Amino acid sequence: MNVHPAASSDPGLALDRTAVQNTERPVPNTGMGRLESVLKSGRFAVTAELAPPDSADPQDVFDRAAVFEGCVDAINATDGSGANVHMSSVAVSALLKARGQTPVMQISCRDRNRIAIQGDALGAAALGIENILCISGDGVQVGDHPGAKPVFDLGSISLLETLRKMRDEKQFLSGRPLTTPPRLFLGAAANPFMTPRDFRVRRLKLKVDAGAQFIQTQYCFDVDILRSFMADVCSQRLDERAYILVGIGPLASAKSARWIRSHVPGVHVSEEIVNRMERAEKPAEEGRRICVELIQQIREIPGVAGVHIMAARQERHVADIVRKSGVRVDSRAQSET
Amino acid sequence: MYVLRNWSVRNAGTLEWFYSGFSRTLVFADPLFRLIGYERLERPVAAIEASVKGLLFDCRMCGQCILSKTGMSCSMNCPKSLRNGPCGGVRPNGMCEVKPEMRCVWVAALDGAVQMSNPNAINSINPPLDRSMEGRSSWLRETRETVEVETLHCLGDVNHSEKGETV
Ligand code: SF4
Repeated sequence: MNVHPAASSDPGLALDRTAVQNTERPVPNTGMGRLESVLKSGRFAVTAELAPPDSADPQDVFDRAAVFEGCVDAINATDGSGANVHMSSVAVSALLKARGQTPVMQISCRDRNRIAIQGDALGAAALGIENILCISGDGVQVGDHPGAKPVFDLGSISLLETLRKMRDEKQFLSGRPLTTPPRLFLGAAANPFMTPRDFRVRRLKLKVDAGAQFIQTQYCFDVDILRSFMADVCSQRLDERAYILVGIGPLASAKSARWIRSHVPGVHVSEEIVNRMERAEKPAEEGRRICVELIQQIREIPGVAGVHIMAARQERHVADIVRKSGVRVDSRAQSET
Repeated sequence: MYVLRNWSVRNAGTLEWFYSGFSRTLVFADPLFRLIGYERLERPVAAIEASVKGLLFDCRMCGQCILSKTGMSCSMNCPKSLRNGPCGGVRPNGMCEVKPEMRCVWVAALDGAVQMSNPNAINSINPPLDRSMEGRSSWLRETRETVEVETLHCLGDVNHSEKGETV
């Protein structure tokens, strides 16, 4: 992939240079973003989700990102997750980028139409943001503004196609040419646990066909289902066309395990995990232990390129979970040999 | 109507068969339509289409009908207007994440699609909606397009046979 022609004039990069010295290790400059090169190198990648603050203070973003320092390869900035208002994902990503971190900017189709989204993608690329995750987004009714207009002008798949067209064909969706295309590493979400089963791999394939280069999945609390999903993915060789990062997170209590199980559509918590959480004396610790074990088990599954940690309100434990799982140590050792 | 909508999906194969006959009739009537003028027909035909398809499919008249790809389940009833398969939030019982009282239109589509003459059509990617076509008749547009394609084909054939004769 070519170096982005606008990179040299990228305002984020000037700030970058000072910040880069603080980050733990350089990644070979192959002209692609850090997440992409980590994945390409075959190292097991770790990404984490940052919950954007309800604040206009950049320091709040830096504080939230600081807990991930040195333990992740990229940080997702969610876009109005749960249909609640928070600082925009473009702004959070730009702030992170300016600090030398690697953001994955999420774009949800719920709040903006194709004109706004394409403009944001251009702006994001101009700010040095390389990774964009395309999602449909939650319905407005679950958030704090249920009276808002749900836009959904594009869906996740047409959004992927649109951004790919901007990058590869140097054109907007309308066909109008653009002068400097955005250099983007495109991602999509997938749900290996969704019902009906028929849709699991089928949806993933559509997204890969539409341009997804990496995938971050829904929470995995059932490794058996994931295994059979990945077997199907590998048999269709989709793992060779997109890097698959499996979503995980620590459960806080038995109550939340049961609640997720019955209230969050598309998430499946295995019987075994619910039982373990119920029996545990210190459920929060047990939740983190399960999370560490999940990472280790997931790592062994063929076709998996990494994990994506969504530790809502437990972000401060992410570094510990990653350390205990041993995946980063191993991957670093591997890359050194 | 929700009940009728579900009936339509259960009878997707029959409806497709019926529609193919109906669309042939429309193509047959193309010279007449041209005589009257497609634009002049737009409003009355769109009104009829809206009431028939509204009844059978809860059609929203997006103007770019994909019912024949989606097993006769109108994807415009998806609260997220998704045109390329379901979101990740479908409930385990097949109901919609946003409207738990409604069956996910894409779960229904999968049921309907197996009855269609091309069950794999559901897997092709649909382009984003062109909102400027909202409210316009898909029947007329398709008729016009079919006739145009057929005319092109005929011309192609004529060219072929002409070439054949000269050789
Ligand atoms: S569950 Fe189905 S109908 Fe409901 S929002 Fe998701 S895709 Fe649309």
